[in-house]
Amino acid sequence: MTFASILGIMIMSMLINNVVLSQFLGICPFLGVSKKVDTASGMGAAVIFVITIASVIAALIYTFILDPLGLSYLNTIVFILVIAALVQFVEMFLKKCIPSLYSALGVFLPLITTNCAVLGVVLLNVQEDYNILESVVNGLATAVGFAIAIIILAGLREKMKYNDIPKPIQGMPLVMFTSGLMAIAFCGFSGLK
Amino acid sequence: MKEGSAAERLYNGLIKENPTLVIVLGMCPTLAVTTSAMNGIGMGLSTTVVLALSNLFISLLRNIIPDKIRIPAFIVIIATFVTMVDMLMEGFTPALYTQLGIYIPLIVVNCIILGRAEAYAYSNGPASSFFDGVGMGLGFTCAITLIGFIRELIGSGAVFGMPLGNLSDFTPTIFVMAPGAFFVLATIIAVRAKIIDNIEKKKGERLPVKHTDEDGIDCATCSARATCSGHMGTEQQ
Repeated sequence: MTFASILGIMIMSMLINNVVLSQFLGICPFLGVSKKVDTASGMGAAVIFVITIASVIAALIYTFILDPLGLSYLNTIVFILVIAALVQFVEMFLKKCIPSLYSALGVFLPLITTNCAVLGVVLLNVQEDYNILESVVNGLATAVGFAIAIIILAGLREKMKYNDIPKPIQGMPLVMFTSGLMAIAFCGFSGLK
Repeated sequence: MKEGSAAERLYNGLIKENPTLVIVLGMCPTLAVTTSAMNGIGMGLSTTVVLALSNLFISLLRNIIPDKIRIPAFIVIIATFVTMVDMLMEGFTPALYTQLGIYIPLIVVNCIILGRAEAYAYSNGPASSFFDGVGMGLGFTCAITLIGFIRELIGSGAVFGMPLGNLSDFTPTIFVMAPGAFFVLATIIAVRAKIIDNIEKKKGERLPVKHTDEDGIDCATCSARATCSGHMGTEQQ
C-alpha cells in the first residue's frame, strides 16, 4: 500500500471512471437536482458525506462479518439495508447534534437512499477487493466525482436557461445532450491512465 | 379492456405507461447496459423476472406488512429476488453475467421496481399485480432493447452481435461509449415529444398526455414519487 496506489485510485474514480458520466450511477439526482448551482452543490456535499460513511461501514461489515462467515452472497441485501438505515441515522444525528449542517444538507439526505451510486460504490469496493482504507478513498473520490459532474451540469443549465431552444428538445433531451457532451470531455481524462 | 385484467395490465406497461420512454424511470441501467441489443434483452428480462415476482409477493403479503415499515420490507423482498437472479445468471449465462456486471445487483435500486410495488402491488390483488410487473418489465425490455439496437447498429455496425459486412470500419465508436447513450436517449425522447406535439397541432387541442415540469419528468403523478430521488429537488426550487 503506497501513496501512489491511493492517488491512482482517487484519480481513477474521480475523473477517468466518473461515476455519472462513464458508469451511469446516480443519474436520477444528476438530471433532477441540477437546475441551480446552489442546490447542486448541496446535493453534491450530501452525497460525499453519505457515500464516505457508507463505504466505511460497509467495508467493516464485509471484512469482519460477511467475508469470514462465508456469507458474501448476502452482500446486496445487507448493504442496501445498511445504507437505508445509515441515511436515517445520519439524518437524525445531524438534526439533533449539528443543526447547522442539517439545515444545509437535510433536504437531500432522504433522497440518497435510492441513489444507486451509493450501493454501486459499495458493491464495486467488494468486487475490486479493496481493503478498508482503499474502500474509503474510493468512496470519497467517487462522491467527489459526482459532485464535480453535477455542479458543472448545473452551471451549464443556468447559462442555457435563457437560450432559444426548439420545443421538442427543451427539458430532458437538452439536459441529456449536455451530459453527453460533458461525457465526451471526460473521456479525455482516460489519457491520465 | 377490463381494469386490472391481464391484457389491460400488459398494454398499460408496454404502451400507455411505458416506464422508460413515457415515465422516464430507471435511467441508470437504460444508459449503462445498452451497448448492444443482446445486453438490453438480458437486462430487460432479468428486471422483468424480479419485477413480476416481487410484485406478486408484495401483493400476497400486502395485508401482513405494516404500513410504516413497508419500504424496508419491499426492499428486502426485491433484494432477495435480485440475489436469486444474480446467482442463476452467474451459473447459467456466465457471458451475459460478465457483460452486465455490477448492474445486476443494482436492479435492487431500479426505481421502476420500488415504484410499482408502492403504486400498484401494495394496493391490488396478486394476479393483476403479477401481470402489471410482467407488462412494465416487458415495456422496459422493449425500450432498452431498442436503444441497444440503435447504439449497436450505429456504433459497431452490427445487429444482435452479427456484423453487417465491413460496416464497422466506418462507424463512429462514440455511440457504444458513454456519450452515445445520452445522445441516443435524448434523440428518442425529443422525437417522441415532436410526434406528440404534431398530433396536438393537427387536432387543434392539447392531448391529455401529461403535465410535466420543465424537465419533462411528470413528477406529480409518477408512480415512483414516494421513493424516487429526483422530484424533491425540483419541487423545492
